[in-house]
Amino acid sequence: MRERSRKFSSDKWFDIAVVMLSAFILIIVLYPLIFVVSASFSNPEKVMNGEMWLFPVDFTLDAYTEILKNGSVWNGYKNTLIYTIGGTFINIILTTLAAYPLSRRDLPGRNLFMFIITFTMFFNGGLIPTFLIVQGLGLVDTIWAMMIPNAIATYNLIVMRTYFQSSIPWEIQESAMMDGCNNIHMLWKIILPLSKPILAVMILFYAVGHWNAFFNALIYLRDDALYPLQLVLREILLVTQASATEGLDSFGLGDKLLLGESIKYALIIVASLPVLIMYPFVQKHFVKGVMIGSIKG
Amino acid sequence: MSKMKTEMDIANYNVKPASKAKKAWVNIAKRYDLYLMLLFPLTWYIIFQYLPMYGLQIAFKDFNPAFGFLGSEWVGFEHFERFFDSYYFGRIIWNTISISLFSLIFAFPIPIMLALLVNEISRNKLKKLVQNVTYVPHFISVVVIVGMLNLFLDPNGGFVNTILNSLGFESIAFMERPEWFKTVFIGSGVWQSAGWQSIIYIAALSGIDPQLYEAAKIDGASRLQRILHVSLPGILPVIIILLILEVGNFMNVGFEKILLMQNSLNMGSSDVIQTFVYRSGILNGNYSYSAAIGLFNAIINFTLLILINYIAKKKAETSLW
Repeated sequence: MRERSRKFSSDKWFDIAVVMLSAFILIIVLYPLIFVVSASFSNPEKVMNGEMWLFPVDFTLDAYTEILKNGSVWNGYKNTLIYTIGGTFINIILTTLAAYPLSRRDLPGRNLFMFIITFTMFFNGGLIPTFLIVQGLGLVDTIWAMMIPNAIATYNLIVMRTYFQSSIPWEIQESAMMDGCNNIHMLWKIILPLSKPILAVMILFYAVGHWNAFFNALIYLRDDALYPLQLVLREILLVTQASATEGLDSFGLGDKLLLGESIKYALIIVASLPVLIMYPFVQKHFVKGVMIGSIKG
Repeated sequence: MSKMKTEMDIANYNVKPASKAKKAWVNIAKRYDLYLMLLFPLTWYIIFQYLPMYGLQIAFKDFNPAFGFLGSEWVGFEHFERFFDSYYFGRIIWNTISISLFSLIFAFPIPIMLALLVNEISRNKLKKLVQNVTYVPHFISVVVIVGMLNLFLDPNGGFVNTILNSLGFESIAFMERPEWFKTVFIGSGVWQSAGWQSIIYIAALSGIDPQLYEAAKIDGASRLQRILHVSLPGILPVIIILLILEVGNFMNVGFEKILLMQNSLNMGSSDVIQTFVYRSGILNGNYSYSAAIGLFNAIINFTLLILINYIAKKKAETSLW
């Protein structure tokens, strides 16, 4: 009896430790995020001297009004929207066109095709030859450079194929084939309607990837009219850091350095908002996507 | 009788392969529409994955854009030798290896620990909350993350230094000091991805048979002991697979983020193979030289992958292939 009660209390201590540790982790993850939000609405002077530490101090929307007036941010937003929508559309079509045939166990040569595709996950030509190919195709400085070179993510392709294989009963496909259904019809009328969850996951994976990407834009785009939001952000958030006011010049406030700091916080919010707003709605799909991927793992 | 049989055998022998081959062709022809679908993605793979591999030959040539991959002149291992002899070689290799190694040691175990923690949370609401909150940073772009680092770590008014000052310490210019670079890089990486990476372990943990925990409990195992002797062995295969993938990516440190964090002051510890390739290839146009360095990097990576996969197969009976 004593033994049992000792155990009971040690379990309780363990629970308390778990809860405290969880609280600690929550604070570490959330604090920087809350800080950014609050700083974007605060008087920049109070942020700089440390008076603002959790909630906005001297609430102001100055930073946001400055951003709304800025042409390059708007242009970046527009470009990113185009790249995200167009790019994701291409991604989904090509990924599906590969994943479906490769999910078919009766496809002669399937293993060879799978090898050709998975091999690229572990070895590839690398930055320079890829760049030269893209350049050779005349894609540099066009919107296509943002959508074609990354048209398929092999990991996503494998996730989708695994889903087709494991979640759609083979019997359905077989009986449809018996009835003389051709494969294009089968994909469109039978497979895809049964694959809405994985399509959602794929759209989300790809769309977030496009929204957040900056590197392809950095190497393939010279014309700043084509710059996506992330590249505009980079100029303002990072390049500024190196040479004091240069990046903020587009705001015409080289002298108003302090407001510049608030603008950076506000820009972070403006750029991340679309993804973070949809996060609660799609969170369970993302998790599902990772788990389907891990089945194969 | 027996002669007839052999004759039949011979006849069969002659017919069978022919009909087999024919059957295979029929099988292929019947599915022509599947190949038609595959045609598009495969063309993409050939152009954007395999042509660049073919283009790797410029690592052994003096690439001249006017002559293309094929027409350029062979120079053998000249570029590799130049790289090995270069002033930057030691520093780049050390930075690449040390950043990877420190990530492996300090960052790799954290999602595992986080998953074990989440698995021990008894209240469902708190469990969901911790999961959903720790996934969020994964969706923030690298540009924004590095922007946040610049703001928070700023020696004049960044909140980290404000805290340091109030505790009586001097401000530290984290982003400019080479000795802080790796800590900041790996630390912020953990903040951003530990939650997301824990998903796979949490899924694996939920697959462990509850009876195992019951049995351990009856045997008098404390909760800590149950974690060590039931949970951890239960997810070991998943850990090994992810470890293989991590090692197989050893030389490809998160270089997009490094590129963004890089400045002339921290270069001494932030310059890695891939940022060097970017600089000398894309910015300075030394295509062949940079392709050679990239190839060197890819070969080390691929060798490591095969090696670790082999070891895991032998020692732990878990492997990618």
